Amino acid sequence: MKKTIGLLLLVLVLAIASSASAEVIKIGVFEPMTGPNAAGGEMTVEGIELALELRGEVLGRKVEIIVVDNKSDKVEAANAVSRLIEKDKVVAIIGSYGSSLSMAAGDIVNKAQVPTVGCSPTNPLVTLNNPYYFRVCFIDPFQGTVMANYAVNELGAKTAAVIQDVTQDYSVGLSKYFVDAFRELTGNQNSIVEMSSYNTGDQDFTAQLTNVKNKMPDIVFAPGNYGESALLIRQARELGIDVPFLGGDTWEAPEFLSIGGVAVEGAVFSTHFTSEAPVTEESEVFLAAYREKFGREANAFAALGYDAYMLILDVIEEAGSADSQAIRDGLAQTEGFVGATGVITLDANGDAVKSAVINQVDDGKFIYLTTVEPF
Amino acid sequence: MGDVSIFLQHLTNGISLGSLYALIAIGYTMVYGILRLINFAHGDIFMLGVYLTFYGVIYTPLPWWLVFILAPLLTGFIGILLEKVAYKPLRGSARITILISAIGASFLLQNLGIVIFGGRPRAFPVPQLLNHVIKLGGVSINVVTFIIPAVSILLLIGLTYFTTKTKTGLAMRALSKDYETASLMGIDINRIISITFFMGSFLAAIGGILWGSRYPQLMPLMGAMPGLKSFIAAVVGGIGNITGAVIGGFILGLGEIMLVAFLPRLSGYRDAFAFVLLIIILLVKPSGLMGNKVTEKV
Repeated sequence: MKKTIGLLLLVLVLAIASSASAEVIKIGVFEPMTGPNAAGGEMTVEGIELALELRGEVLGRKVEIIVVDNKSDKVEAANAVSRLIEKDKVVAIIGSYGSSLSMAAGDIVNKAQVPTVGCSPTNPLVTLNNPYYFRVCFIDPFQGTVMANYAVNELGAKTAAVIQDVTQDYSVGLSKYFVDAFRELTGNQNSIVEMSSYNTGDQDFTAQLTNVKNKMPDIVFAPGNYGESALLIRQARELGIDVPFLGGDTWEAPEFLSIGGVAVEGAVFSTHFTSEAPVTEESEVFLAAYREKFGREANAFAALGYDAYMLILDVIEEAGSADSQAIRDGLAQTEGFVGATGVITLDANGDAVKSAVINQVDDGKFIYLTTVEPF
Repeated sequence: MGDVSIFLQHLTNGISLGSLYALIAIGYTMVYGILRLINFAHGDIFMLGVYLTFYGVIYTPLPWWLVFILAPLLTGFIGILLEKVAYKPLRGSARITILISAIGASFLLQNLGIVIFGGRPRAFPVPQLLNHVIKLGGVSINVVTFIIPAVSILLLIGLTYFTTKTKTGLAMRALSKDYETASLMGIDINRIISITFFMGSFLAAIGGILWGSRYPQLMPLMGAMPGLKSFIAAVVGGIGNITGAVIGGFILGLGEIMLVAFLPRLSGYRDAFAFVLLIIILLVKPSGLMGNKVTEKV
């Protein structure tokens, strides 16, 4: 008798467990929640959580997101996706802020055949030759050209210095595309007067900046983590470098303003989206929902996180299946998806072709300057 | 900018960074000198000191200068607590055991920092007094750059006076020479060790405040790298020797800046520079530049 009850119980437990796993659709999220990229990861997850709240069900099944901190570290990023795939058995993954972190996960998701959507990794190598990696943002050849155009056409720069973070694929890649575009636009191979490097985690940039000052460039292009960049610009101002500083989308973080203080006034950078210039109807929906939940204006990373989640859910709905392979195939055919950051069509590499926004720091806030359409 | 003023600017930058390493290294080396214990959590005590100052300035109505004194005192008491929890139960056990306990304490404090303070960086509230720039010829110098070496030297003098002229200092030195005999002579070992940890942590917090004024980005892991670098500075100078720690700090700071300044291709290896220096010193002169020859007690 005891045995039968035990057996019955076991069957019952198994039945509940299997039906529950068939019910819930698990989507993994790996983002930096600690370390030098923490603000970026946190902003992105805010957007994903907001999207989950607005749309927590698809195909009549509940959606669950599992957030794993990749600690702004390449090794941890690889561990994080392995964990999501092997332990949590997710059907798709979202992440990560930081191109290096995404690239560290690339091989693993490719081998495991789990489709992954990056929100803001902009280095071209993230999706290249990886049929399972997609992204909802533009890539750095475009972003670098946008900033070089701005420097030459709007600021009238004839020479530039570049300071890059050699440990971030994002920074190195973006610097390269900027340099190529700047040389072409100025028609002068020697227009980049100084090229300096530092590492993520460095706090002192005075040696590099002293050399930059000596070359007297018209502008300085210094894409990098918001924290390091804010310190760098602070030290540049102390050393008496008073030319404009230009950067990329990673500068859009409240920490860039608080750590940089008055030193970052006037800094110009490209990004994906601004609450000041909504582009689609979905932008309005997103902005209103964000305002209600967080009581402040949304940023580009939250918008991209929101779009990545909504895109995956759209694909699942259309495919009528939450199977990894079906999601991958659906993602690869994405065309005209209306997101908060714009209309997303993915190209053969899985990259979105979208417009860029140029923002500037003014009076301790980010203000919208202009939108640049893809060439 | 002329070549001379560029070099002078690099030199100033190097001294500014070096004096920070020196300041943190003093606390490191002091604890080692007296207890023969490498307190690997020193960098994390440094981090706690900066965060306490941050919260003090932002969330209490106290004036910043008062917080700059109170926060290091509070950090000193945390240092005493750390010793009681992580090191005292292991007193008398093998040195490697205590070392591992120190590494554990370091991880504990870092992760506690992440849980309590959050993973996102904070901006250190730099007082206006410490935040303006003086121009001498073509060289720009932040006021903090003058204050840091001045504080380091003042502390150096103060500590030397304390350890050589006061009774507690005498007890500390006795303890560092022979632990057991000192206790037989009626020295209250627990009290002296607590005072040592208090002072070491106090110094770490002072170093942290000045570090924060120069590099105003606060993160729970911010103590790890400065902690390691200061440890190297202390070893290079001769661990246990306070003057040596200051010299080691300056060598490290100047070396790093000059490496990046004149060999820009190697700027990605600036952290490696410190470790290479450590290896060289350990191979060539293991007791450090100012260190005494160590005779192993049997």
